[in-house]
Amino acid sequence: MAAFLQFAFSGLTVGAVYALVALGFTLIYNASDVVNFAQGEFVMLGGMVTVVLLAAGVPLPLAALIAIAVAIGVGVALHRLAIEPARNASPVALIIITIGASILIRGIAQIVFDKQFHKLPAFSGDAPFEVLGATILPQSFWVMGGTAAIVVLLYVFLERTILGKAVLATAANRLAAHLVGIDTKLIVTLSFGIAAAIGAVAGILVTPITLTSYNVGTLLALKGFAGGMLGGMGNPLGAVLGGLLLGLMEAFGAGYISSTYKDGIAFIVILVVLFISPRGLLGRRSVERV
Amino acid sequence: MTKLYRTLLFLLAVTACFVWALMGSNALAQTIKIGSSLSVTGPASFLGAPEEKTLRLYVDKINASGGVLGRKLQLIIYDDGGDPNKARTNATRLVEQDKVAVMVGGTTTGATLAMMPIFEDAQIPFVSLAGAIEIIDPVQKYIFKTPHTDRMACEKIFQDMKSRGITKIGMIAGTDAFGKSMHDQCLKVVGNYGITVLADESYGAQDSDMTPQLTNIKNTAGIQAVVNPGFGQGPAIVTRNYRQLGISVPLYESHGVASKSYIDLAGPAAEGVRLPAAALLVANQLPDNDPQKKVVVAYKTTYEKATGEPVSTFGGHAYDGLNIVVAAIRRGGSADPKKIRDEIEKTSHFIGTGGIVNMSPTDHLGLSLAAFRMLEIKNGDWTLVAATH
Repeated sequence: MAAFLQFAFSGLTVGAVYALVALGFTLIYNASDVVNFAQGEFVMLGGMVTVVLLAAGVPLPLAALIAIAVAIGVGVALHRLAIEPARNASPVALIIITIGASILIRGIAQIVFDKQFHKLPAFSGDAPFEVLGATILPQSFWVMGGTAAIVVLLYVFLERTILGKAVLATAANRLAAHLVGIDTKLIVTLSFGIAAAIGAVAGILVTPITLTSYNVGTLLALKGFAGGMLGGMGNPLGAVLGGLLLGLMEAFGAGYISSTYKDGIAFIVILVVLFISPRGLLGRRSVERV
Repeated sequence: MTKLYRTLLFLLAVTACFVWALMGSNALAQTIKIGSSLSVTGPASFLGAPEEKTLRLYVDKINASGGVLGRKLQLIIYDDGGDPNKARTNATRLVEQDKVAVMVGGTTTGATLAMMPIFEDAQIPFVSLAGAIEIIDPVQKYIFKTPHTDRMACEKIFQDMKSRGITKIGMIAGTDAFGKSMHDQCLKVVGNYGITVLADESYGAQDSDMTPQLTNIKNTAGIQAVVNPGFGQGPAIVTRNYRQLGISVPLYESHGVASKSYIDLAGPAAEGVRLPAAALLVANQLPDNDPQKKVVVAYKTTYEKATGEPVSTFGGHAYDGLNIVVAAIRRGGSADPKKIRDEIEKTSHFIGTGGIVNMSPTDHLGLSLAAFRMLEIKNGDWTLVAATH
């Protein structure tokens, strides 16, 4: 039982980060049909900028805010300078552009920051809690709580505000949204900004546990993408569910089956799910109008 | 007419160039050429860059104090960027074009293995700076190396365990090249120390949470210690997770994390962790009667003064390689590659940063286990564990 709980805590913590990355994928995918492989770089920027500012003497909350602002700036710039000018290109070309952008961001980060690994202090101490024989770090609560808060905030924003409804409208049909007077270009830019902010928050929350460096984004982008595919690309709830499931599968795979094949186990499950249900667990509710 | 004149002028210029070039190469023939191919850039640059700086620094120093056998040393360094193909090209160039007398280089195991056949064929001695045991086992006539092997790191750890009465251990290794190689070497020698591995777990080099694997180790009855062969940030996370789970048996890390950044990343969780490392890391803590003390303190001071960077064991490997070669040239009184080879093989009681080197026709590394020091982390710093054997 203790072991089971321990694996679950580990899986939920790691999975929460995958979920946030997958959420970023989903937001941008919905708004612009672009699969943004630079999503992991926002996580890296959140962590690294906070680390650098903290080392320069900026208090943690302010450093975190600046890091989120930097990530939003990069996200908006990514859209305005790279995606928007190529708007009419095929989705594959756009995906290649985002991969190029992620390499560029990583290269610049390597020069501006450095190639070393860095840590952040845990927000509320390092003493682990004991739950039925398993242990959990206070920071894990921050990660899971932060993820839950973001999901709720995003839900309220999308469902309860005019701007949020404009985002949903653009996601549903860009041309129609444009025709009813929604500035769709602004909405897409906004989506990039929100996705970047979510990525940065994930980076800041998780760095005290996992450490960070200029190249942590690549793997997170892959895992987040896998989580998003598992949950159903385009469905925010599916993204969260897929991310959490991926994290849990890795933890239970490593714990109960074999740590050597834990990534393989997770990916086999994803393949099986996609064979049975190609749109993922909660696929996009696409309605064909005739 | 002017055309003929121009042609003549051109020929004259060409001839002049040839004469100058010949004179130039005559003057260069007075020097002793030491070739090198290092990974100054690329993923292994943190190894190659200090090696390059060390070689340049010490060749300049030797030349400033009169050179070797009255001749200046000429250092030819090419960058292979960590790419074995490039290293091989560099090696061919060093042998055929530059006609070096001896080679000190090969930052990574991959680069070294790619270059070895070229030097073996050309019968030019090659002192490698890379880690793997395959370089000198089996022994090849012209190939030597200076860094200790990961098998020795395993042996040092198991020796320390044995002296503490530990016989049952768990292992958690990274799946990267370093972690895997050391893991395999450890399994090869663990039986010699009467120690059995009860749990054998692994993790990906970029994984961010190892609590599931460590939980399994924790729940395996009878484990008295845990070894973590790994490199980079993985061991720091393992160390943190280890303390989070409240595992109380001793944790051993490898020489792969023997740098301040490990202590920094792992934080208070690193307290009490033991690991084998070169004497260079604890230069100032060595007792005054330690034979290596003078050498490592001098190298550390010189390197840090010249570069403004903290000393690393990798630069130390280059220091050892260069000085073994220079000593061999002095002893043999000749810069003939075959003579140098014979003398390198006779190296005995050479005190370097990596240990005391005694080579032989069957041992082209020449380090004993004494080359490694067992360290324990106390109050956020390294401390020497007194030898109990």
